[in-house]
Order: sequence, then C-alpha cells, then structure tokens
Amino acid sequence: MAKSLIEPGVELDGFTIGECVHQGGMATLWTVTHPGINVPLLMKVPRVAEGEDPAAIVSFEMEQMIVPRLAGPHVPGCFGTGDFDRQPYVVMERIPGKTLYSRIDELPLSYEEARVIGGQIATALADLHRQNVIHHDIKPSSIMFRPSGECVLIDFGLSHHNQLPDLLQEEFRLPYGTAPYMAPERLRGVRDDPRSDLFSLGVLLYFFTTGERPFGESETLRGMKRRLWRDPYPPRKLKADYPPWLQEIVLRCIEIEPTWRHPTASQLAFELAHPEQVKLTSRAERLRRDPLSTVWRRRFNQGMTVQRAKSDVSEQLASGPILVVAIDTEEGSTALNECLRRTAAQLLSTLPSARLACLNVLKLGRVTIDRTLDEQGNNKHIDRLVALRHWAQPLGLDESRLTAHVLEAVDPAAAILEFTRANSVDHIVIGARQSSMLRALLGSVSAKVAAEAACTVTVVRPPPSAAKQD
Amino acid sequence: MRLAIFADIHANRHAFSACLDVARARGAERFVCLGDIVGYGADPEWAVDTVMGLVDDGAIAVLGNHDHAVGTASETMNAEAQAAIEWTRGRLSVPQRRFLGELPMTQRQDDRLYVHSEASHPARWHYVRDTPDAARSIAATNAHITFCGHIHKPALYSMSSAAKMTSFIPTSDVPVQLLGGRRWLAVLGSVGQPRDGNPAASFAMLDTTTRELTYCRVPYDVEAAADQIRANGLPHWLADRLLVGK
Repeated sequence: MAKSLIEPGVELDGFTIGECVHQGGMATLWTVTHPGINVPLLMKVPRVAEGEDPAAIVSFEMEQMIVPRLAGPHVPGCFGTGDFDRQPYVVMERIPGKTLYSRIDELPLSYEEARVIGGQIATALADLHRQNVIHHDIKPSSIMFRPSGECVLIDFGLSHHNQLPDLLQEEFRLPYGTAPYMAPERLRGVRDDPRSDLFSLGVLLYFFTTGERPFGESETLRGMKRRLWRDPYPPRKLKADYPPWLQEIVLRCIEIEPTWRHPTASQLAFELAHPEQVKLTSRAERLRRDPLSTVWRRRFNQGMTVQRAKSDVSEQLASGPILVVAIDTEEGSTALNECLRRTAAQLLSTLPSARLACLNVLKLGRVTIDRTLDEQGNNKHIDRLVALRHWAQPLGLDESRLTAHVLEAVDPAAAILEFTRANSVDHIVIGARQSSMLRALLGSVSAKVAAEAACTVTVVRPPPSAAKQD
Repeated sequence: MRLAIFADIHANRHAFSACLDVARARGAERFVCLGDIVGYGADPEWAVDTVMGLVDDGAIAVLGNHDHAVGTASETMNAEAQAAIEWTRGRLSVPQRRFLGELPMTQRQDDRLYVHSEASHPARWHYVRDTPDAARSIAATNAHITFCGHIHKPALYSMSSAAKMTSFIPTSDVPVQLLGGRRWLAVLGSVGQPRDGNPAASFAMLDTTTRELTYCRVPYDVEAAADQIRANGLPHWLADRLLVGK
C-alpha cells in the first residue's frame, strides 16, 4: 500500500487537509474543508501501516460501508469516502463539543440528569436500529450531543448492519469491543440482536448513577464471561436512595437474556420519559444479588448457551411497537370504545412485545380558566385515568406493557400528534364518530390525526347498528 | 458502467425476459451470462438465441454444465436433468449447439472473473456451498471479484487481506459496496430455477464505478413457465419446483 497521502495542506478528492486533532490506536482524525460544504468536517484515516492492529482495517471497512448509509440527527453526516486502493478515509460532519466521557469525573450524576441523558441515548439508538444498524460499542466516549440536545452516536467500527456483510463475523477469535459495556450474548458470538445496545446503555446508566461499573473493568475473556451467570449488585445496595423505577429500568437493561430486556430502544425511551408509569417488579426493590443456586444454574445450564436462529433486526423491531389508542371517556362512546378495544386486542394478539399507551385528551377552553376540579369537587384528571384503566382492563395486558395518559389541551388532535412524535409511537388507533353535531362544527379529530401523523393510523368506526344504540 | 449479470437461465423465457426488462430499466449497459443457458426449461431455442444476440452486442458468456452436456453425452446428471438435456439437444439447431459448445470456461474483464461453478477447478462443476468452498475459489484467482452461479442460491463471500472470510445472504435491492481492501465471491441466484425458497427470478447488477453490487428479485409469470414445461412432456417436478422456488 502506498504511503499515507495525508498531510496538512494536501488536497484529496476536493478536501483540503487541515490539522490533526486526534491520534488513536485505530485511526487519526484531521480537520478538512471542502468548497461548497459549510458544516465543520473531520477526516478519519485508519492506521494501516505494517505492524498496526489488524482490527484497525476491518473496523474502518465497517465504517466505510455503514456510515454513508446512515441518516438523521443522531449520527454524523457523511460527506465522502476513499478506498484502500489509493487512500482510505471517511469524511464526516464534526460534532462540536466533547463526548459523554468528559463527565466521568462528575459521577455519580443526579438521577434526573441520568434519566434525561439515558432517554436521549435510547432515542438515538431507536433511530439507529430502525436503520438496521446495531452500534455494538455504546459507551461514554461514543456519545455526543448536538447544541439542540439531540444525542449523536459516533464510531461505527464495530457495528453490524443487518442488510450488509458483517466483516467482523470471523475476523477475531475473541469478541471485539469495550469490555465493561459488552452484552453477554456478544461473548457467544451473537452480533445481530439490537438489545445488545440496550445492555450497554444499562451499564452506562448504572455507572453514571452509582459511580461504579456493574461488571467491573476486567478485559480478560474469563473476567468478561462472568456476566453470563453473575448479576451485579443492585444499585439500591450501593445507594439507599436509588429510585425504584430507575433500578427497575437499569436492571432490566442489563438482564443476561436479551428477551428479558426492553423489547426495543423506543420502549426503553418511553419508560425513561414516563418514570411514574414504570411497572415495578421484584427488580425494583432488590437489595442483593441472585442467590448462588441461581448463579450455578445459569453457569451450568446447557439450555442457556444454545445458539438461536439468526434474527432479523427490522422484524424484531416491528414485533415490539408502541401503540396508542385514543379513547373518549365521555358518555355515549360505549359502542365506539368497544370497537376500539376489539381492534387493539387484535393488534396486540399478533404483537407479543408491543406496548399500549391509552390516551385521553382533557379539552381545555380557549378562553375560560379551567379548573382541575369539577362541580362536585372530583379531580377530572384522576377520573379520566381511572376510566382509561377500566377500558383497558378486559385486554388482560401485563402492566409492564400498559400505560395511561391524560393530556390537557385546547386542540385534541394536536395533543395526540405531539404525544406520538415525542414518544416515537408506531401506530395510532383512533375512533371516528359517525355523525355528530360537534364534529360538523369543529372538524374531525381522527381525520386530522390520520392526515398529519408520521406513523400508521387505524381509524375505527362502529358498525352502523351499534352506532345507533348510543 | 452498469453490468447486469445472469446465471442459470435454464431455458426459462418468462423469467429471463422479465429480468432483462428490469435490468434495462435500471440502466444496464453490458450483460454477462454465467452459464446454464439451457436445461430444465421449455424454451431453449429462444434462450440461446437471446444470449447469442447479447454476445453479438458485446455481452460476456461462459459455459455451464448443462450447456456442456448438450454437446457431450459424457456429462453425468440426475435422471430429470438428463431427460431435459436430451429433449433440449433435439430442439437446438447446429449453430445453437455450436455456440454453446464454444463457450469458454472462464472470462476475465478488468479485475473481475466470470465462471459458472467456482474458480479453483471450473471444469469439475463444484458447488460453492459454504465458506471453505468460497475460500478455495477466491484463493485460486487474483481477481478482485469473482462471479459464479451453479448452486441457484444467492450468497456473497469476502476474504480480508489477512485471509479471514465472511459470508452473507444478500438482501434484495440493498446495494453492497465491494470494498477494495478485500476480495469477493458473488454467488448469484438463478434466473430460471431459483432454489432458495423464493420463486422470483434472481439476477444482479454491478456499478463498476462505485463498486456497488445489488442482488435483484423479479416476479414473473411462474405458472406460464411451469405450464410450458408440462406441455412439452418434460418431467413434472421441473414445473412444480418453479412454483415453490426449491
């Protein structure tokens, strides 16, 4: 291979090389400029000279394949790549500021700040997973934030793209990555499960809220393998004031079996956005690690080490959507609500990992000052929540899959759309009233939601005979 | 330049004409045929004439084992394939048989090698079933990309500069950049008799500038192709298998 062409002032494919800003074990980073491109740019150049780590080449090749295909605010934009036959490089948008690693000296962070950061990372992961990519190296130094607050994931050298060849497949005898954050299934060679990223995020949340790494820092295979059977100390054991909802989330993220974790990053983001609605299980209160009998069973249970079939990332995400059902709790909606419940039940029966958010909008007057109490002094908000839970009860859903939300808004359709956007909802089920004076006067909520939502919308209408009964 | 590459057409006019239409619509400028133009299917004359026409216009074509068997009785095959070969031999004219008989085993174009079965022993018609088979083929050539068919199931293998292998089942219509730092073996699915459980016809397109390879699937009138096989008295299994892609 030719000697590196990269030096300050050199021009390569229209990019003018500036200064070297980072020299790592795998790659060097240079600032570059290009006429017509106005965002700050970085050129990443792999270290490929004789005697360098062979991982540098393979992980660079992965980035070369994956980064140009990524889009959206949660990844750096890609502006060009060069191949090995001349000079390998990737030119990416330079994200201003420092990585999350710069906060390490401030640990532990407040629970609230960790919750917000965790939610931002989970949202970014959800966006990445939707693009068929598993990051596989989630850790503080691969996380940055845009000035607008959006989390940006960087360093895709260990990533897996479900629709492209996985070049790391057979390259290394040992799983390659950052030991403290590596999911247990990675130690068995599994590279196609997006929930491996949720495990790493759980380790990060544990570390950022307790100041301790749950699985230590051992880099040896033997040390890393312990996480296949040994669970870490529950955070409450380290910090007595640790909120149960947060322990519930963190311990679920770092479950040994991927199927026990949150089904998708979107669902994890949803829980972090609604801590008061997190269904607390025995995880939440735990103060001790699992008893030795459990640990031994895990260690010697052959069934746990059976390889599973290859998974399809997009199929897995599609099986765990967030569904919203918009429910009117007013009198006279019985038939429609029954139809909504039937539709929801049909959807849920085919989607075992879906979660359901029941939504009701408490309409505020434009002019009048609304009071949260009605004439009888009852709290309207609480009444509605009770009504939503009552609606959902016949579905028989596990509470960890069900939440209820009462939004207060002047414009119900706008409130439903905003909730959908903020929570990455995949599917809205909403009823349309057949004929009503109000609808004629105010326009249809369901029509506006169906027209403007970014996700799938199912509009439910009761059969004509049922509609007449109301 | 955009290349459209076809393997294992197997005298299936409905499938091949559907693939040619899609390839042209996607801007194919040159064509490559990886052998087994005939055998199994009911339209050998049309298939050979079409490939001959493409070759006259600059296409590249290599020999497949079924093409070879039409000219020599020595090629051993299973009973159904043999029945189809004998039927085919009777249908083809002397110039058509001569065209098949004169096809080369391999062809080289820039840094690409085209071969029907695999590159290590092209005349032995070995299948590329797994990574070791692929490694043998890649090791036998200095080509950056080898294209082959024969097994009727699409796959994409690569070998790194450290001789480490990767294997991959391609996703339809998702281009893969065949990186310059490693060497590749692209195993194509079959145009005329897919066997990967998907009855749609299979071919691939390569953009030689960006080095992006795209595996394509084309739905076609499978019923009509199957009916024609039955109507010509060929073994019924050759018709039935088209419907299930097995």
